[in-house]
Amino acid sequence: MELAWYWTAAVAFLIINFLLVSASVLVYAERKVSGYIQARPGPNRVGPFGFLQPFADVLKLVLKENIVPLTANPFIHSLAPTLMVIIAMGAGGLIPFARGVVIADMEVSALVLLALTSISVYGVTLAGWSSNSKYSLLGGLRSSAQMISYELSMGMAVLSVVLLTGSLNLVEMVEAQQVGWGFFGWNIFRNPIGAVLFIVTAFAETNRTPFDLPEAEQELVGGYHTEYSGMKFGMFFLAEYVNFFVASFFIVTLFFGGYLLPFEPLIISAFPGLADSILLTVLQILTLVVKAGFFAFVFIWVRWTLPRFKYQQLMTLGWKYLLPISIVNAMVIAIVLAVLNAF
Amino acid sequence: MIGPILFSVFAVAAIAGALGMLFSKNPVSSALWLILTLFCVAGLYLTLNATFIAVVQVLVYAGAIMVLFLFVIMLLNLAELPRLQTGDGKRFLGYVGACGIFAALMITTSSALGVLPEPVSVGVAAETGSALNLATLLFTQYALPFEVIGILLLVATIGAVMLAKRRFV
Repeated sequence: MELAWYWTAAVAFLIINFLLVSASVLVYAERKVSGYIQARPGPNRVGPFGFLQPFADVLKLVLKENIVPLTANPFIHSLAPTLMVIIAMGAGGLIPFARGVVIADMEVSALVLLALTSISVYGVTLAGWSSNSKYSLLGGLRSSAQMISYELSMGMAVLSVVLLTGSLNLVEMVEAQQVGWGFFGWNIFRNPIGAVLFIVTAFAETNRTPFDLPEAEQELVGGYHTEYSGMKFGMFFLAEYVNFFVASFFIVTLFFGGYLLPFEPLIISAFPGLADSILLTVLQILTLVVKAGFFAFVFIWVRWTLPRFKYQQLMTLGWKYLLPISIVNAMVIAIVLAVLNAF
Repeated sequence: MIGPILFSVFAVAAIAGALGMLFSKNPVSSALWLILTLFCVAGLYLTLNATFIAVVQVLVYAGAIMVLFLFVIMLLNLAELPRLQTGDGKRFLGYVGACGIFAALMITTSSALGVLPEPVSVGVAAETGSALNLATLLFTQYALPFEVIGILLLVATIGAVMLAKRRFV
C-alpha cells in the first residue's frame, strides 16, 4: 500500500511524540516501581501521586546551564547525545504498530534494526571520548566492548526468527506468528531459546542493569555522561528510556506476536465485521502497547532486583555462553526446517 | 529526477569524507570522516535499489568494523599526529594538478581501449538487489568463490588468534 508522503510524515510525527511522552511516563514508572520494590512511596509530591514529577524534571533539565568542559571537543561533545536520540527514535520507525501501520516497511527491516543497534554504540563511545575525562573514557570503552560482544548473539537470535519466517521483513515476521491455536504460534513457543537470547542481549544493548557497566556509578561517577549537564544530559536520559521501550517493542514484535491479538482468528470469526476495520487496528495498537508495556516493566523490575555483573563475568557470559548457544540454536532450527521441508 | 540528485549528493559527500579522513590530524576525527564516507557509499547503493547491500554496508562497516577502529584508537589514546610538512600552497597545487592529469590520462586510455564502464541507469528494478536474488546467485553461480572467501576469512581469523597467543620472549 503506497501512502502519500504527508501521511507518513503525520504518522512519524505521532510516533515520535508517543515515544517522547512514553519516555517521561517510563521515568515516572521506574521511580515508582523502584520505590515500591524498596518499600518506599517513590515520587508523590508533584501533582496527583507525583505524576507530574517527570515533567518537572524535564523543565529543570532544560533550564540548567549547559557546561562543556574546556578540554572537550565541542562539536563531538554535542554530536554524541544528538546521535543517541536520533538512533533511538529512528528504530521506532521500523515497528509495525498494527496491520498496515508502519513507517518504514522495507524488505530488510530486521537488518535495519540490527544496523541501528550497531551504530547506536557511537553515541556512547563518542560521548566518552569527547569529554576528555578518564571516567567518561572508561565508560565509553566498556560500552563499545560490551555492545560489540552482544551484537553477535543478538544477530544470531534475530537470524533464528528470520529462518522460521523465511523473510527479513518485520511485518511478515509478525504475520507468520498467526499460525497455530490461540497464541501458540508466537515465536516464544516455536523458538524459546532465541527469545531468551534476544531478551538478554536487548538488556545488554540498551545498557540496562545487570549490564549497565558503562555507567557504573560506584566506579565511574556517571560513566560516559559524567561531563554532560542540562539538556544534553537530558538527551542521554531520554535516549536510554526510548531505547529500552523500543527494545521491548522489538521483543514483542519478534517473539510475542507483535500486534496480533491473542485468538485473533477466533475473534474475527465471532465478529466478522471486525475484519479490516479501524477498530481492529486500534485493538492491535493497544495489544502491542500493552505487551511492550509489560516488557518495559520487566526491564525496570530487573534493574531494581538484580545486581550488576562484574566485567569479566559480562565478557564470559557474552562470548563463552550466549554466542555458542545462539549459533547452535540457529543451526538446529535451520536443520529442523530443512528436514521438515524435505518431507 | 531525484535519483541523479541523490547520487551527486552522496558521491560528493563520500569524496569529502575521504578527503577529510586523509587530512584530519586527529585519529578519532579521521575515523569519523571514514564513517561518513561509508554511510554515503551505503546511500549510493540505495540509489541503485540495492537495499540489502546498503543495509549490510552500514551494519558491517559502519556498525562493526569502524566501532572496532574507534575502540582501538581510544584504547591506545593516540595523540594528535605532528604535522609532517609545513603547509605549502605550491605542493598542494602540484597534488591537485597531478591527480587531474592522471584522471584525464586514465579516461583517455580506457575510452581508447573501450573498457570504460557504461553508465548505469538509476532506475534498476527493485528485485535486482533483493536478498533473495543475491542469495540465489551466491549459492548457485558464485558458490565456489563464496566458499573460498569463507575459508580465507577463517584462515585470517586463525592467523590473528595465533599471533595474539604467541609469547614474545
